[in-house]
Amino acid sequence: MENDELEVAPEQPDYKPFVILEEVYQTLLTNKHLARKPYTPPNHKMIYSFIPGTIRKVFVKEGDKVKKGDKLLILEAMKMNNELTTLVNGKVKKIHCKTGEMVTKSQLLVEIA
Amino acid sequence: MSLRQKTTDLKKRMQGALQGGGEKAVEKQKATGKMTARERILAILDEGTFHEYDLFVEHAGKDFDMDKKYLPGDGVVTGTGNINGYPICIFAQDFTVAGGSLGYMHAKKITKIMDHAMKLKVPLIGINDSGGARIQEGVNSLAGYGEIFYRNTLASGVIPQISVILGPCAGGAVYSPALTDFVFVVDKISKMFITGPEVIKTVLGEDISMEDLCGARVHAEITGNAHFFSESESDCFEQIKKLVTFIPWNNSKKAEPFPSKHPKSKLFKIDDIFPTDSKKPYDVRKVIKAICDDSEFFEVQELFAANIVIGFARMDGQSVGFVANQPMVLAGVLDVDSSDKAARFIRFCDAFNIPLVTLVDLPGYLPGVDQEHAGVIRHGAKVLYAYSEATVPKITVILRKAYGGGYIAMCSNHLRADFVFAWPTAEIAVMGPEGAANIIFRSEILGSTNPEETRKKKIEEYKEKFANPYVAAAYGYVDAVVEPSKTREYIIHSLEIAAHKIEESPKKKHGIPPF
Repeated sequence: MENDELEVAPEQPDYKPFVILEEVYQTLLTNKHLARKPYTPPNHKMIYSFIPGTIRKVFVKEGDKVKKGDKLLILEAMKMNNELTTLVNGKVKKIHCKTGEMVTKSQLLVEIA
Repeated sequence: MSLRQKTTDLKKRMQGALQGGGEKAVEKQKATGKMTARERILAILDEGTFHEYDLFVEHAGKDFDMDKKYLPGDGVVTGTGNINGYPICIFAQDFTVAGGSLGYMHAKKITKIMDHAMKLKVPLIGINDSGGARIQEGVNSLAGYGEIFYRNTLASGVIPQISVILGPCAGGAVYSPALTDFVFVVDKISKMFITGPEVIKTVLGEDISMEDLCGARVHAEITGNAHFFSESESDCFEQIKKLVTFIPWNNSKKAEPFPSKHPKSKLFKIDDIFPTDSKKPYDVRKVIKAICDDSEFFEVQELFAANIVIGFARMDGQSVGFVANQPMVLAGVLDVDSSDKAARFIRFCDAFNIPLVTLVDLPGYLPGVDQEHAGVIRHGAKVLYAYSEATVPKITVILRKAYGGGYIAMCSNHLRADFVFAWPTAEIAVMGPEGAANIIFRSEILGSTNPEETRKKKIEEYKEKFANPYVAAAYGYVDAVVEPSKTREYIIHSLEIAAHKIEESPKKKHGIPPF
């Protein structure tokens, strides 16, 4: 709201450099901007949980050969049994979860080599 | 029975209904720092103007022993009154009565006062303080919400609708405020959510506090669901009273004029506020205050997407909506949130005959993976849509940078601004000098014996030639290049000239904005 006293003696804000199309501007950065996640390209060899839930079944074991489309495990979340399949051909390098385990979102479940 | 006895009987009945949920429940409400429903209404409305209706409405629930319960007024207070003399329809959910839960008759009372507001064409204020649907009344509760949402939608753009969240507003209930024009929240008191922290914890395993998930600050700063944030209920009511002075009663009226006042020119001097170096930040709100009546700017969504500033002020006594890039925050870029924020405000002003004044100083749309993936194309398009569609008087002042897509979007001549003015400091160009020079003179720079020096020279050349308002002025895209000190006079004159503007849009059922 209005506050004339504040206008008379302004605090010098903590301006930071901010680059847009090669021009460098001095400006404040918002919390939301600072909290944004840096982009990482998807790695289909690492299978993460896309939603928090419970592992209901694991179809593969370490060392198994898998082909694109093969079922890896069932992740139950929001009362749905979600089948997680592999998007790449390869060998199951490591399984990071077991049947009955509760997992959070973006938890590493299976590694494929 | 004599008239006197009948009157005594009425008074007794009223007393019973007016007690709300009873002493204990009222005490509990106050212990959490909240006022009661009636106290809130009385605090918002002019003294002595509140007239309550449907006090004797009783709830309709019969199942689960509900027929044995007495719920005074069925947990909601409705009526009419005035704010600064303006007519208002108002309802307030009463948390002390069955947690303000919404049953069939509770919803009926709300829809009835909404129908009144629509028929009488006066603003509607809804105070939300409710645990949600009354589970015992089953599908009738859901029906009640649906009837409210439908009316919110039909009333949108016809009468101003104001929602005040003074307690929980949970589940489906939050969609009523979301459909209204302005949402007021109070720190520590307001909670708005679809699924609360407990459900999120049990279903998803994510642990978060109520305040961090859905408190007032979250909605004011991060989600943008709230338009006005305050520290206390009484501050919130002052904000509501102020907002009402800037907006008309309905879409066929204009906001009430006030006596014209000069800006406080000693406090807000453009010369002191405004750096000509286009990379230096400043607070554009001070420029607004240097221009508008009495230097009084009533900001909307102050904390959300602060890289654009929106709000109401008066020019020569007339209410106007200001939209201004804020160079002090994220260099004033347009991004997903700021586009969304501006576009909605522009549509509100257009719907309610409030002229738009746009102050331009932006480097363009924000580049980045997060922005592209968040749909900056779709959201950014909202600004173009809203400005192009608006038929109220549109005045644009380009202060400094107006680069690329940002130049077009910020109510340019091409989107049918009625008047576009530029300060002599304006730089209207396809992009910033550095970027442009690097592209245009690329081979020349790389092929020279001293690329760095050539680059600098070329940037200077480009600046000299294009980083000014005169190229755009030469094509007539800028109507006048004006001295900053003359800005107020130019805006007031243009608003006066455009006051009776009639602009016909092509006939259609409705457009399809990039929602």
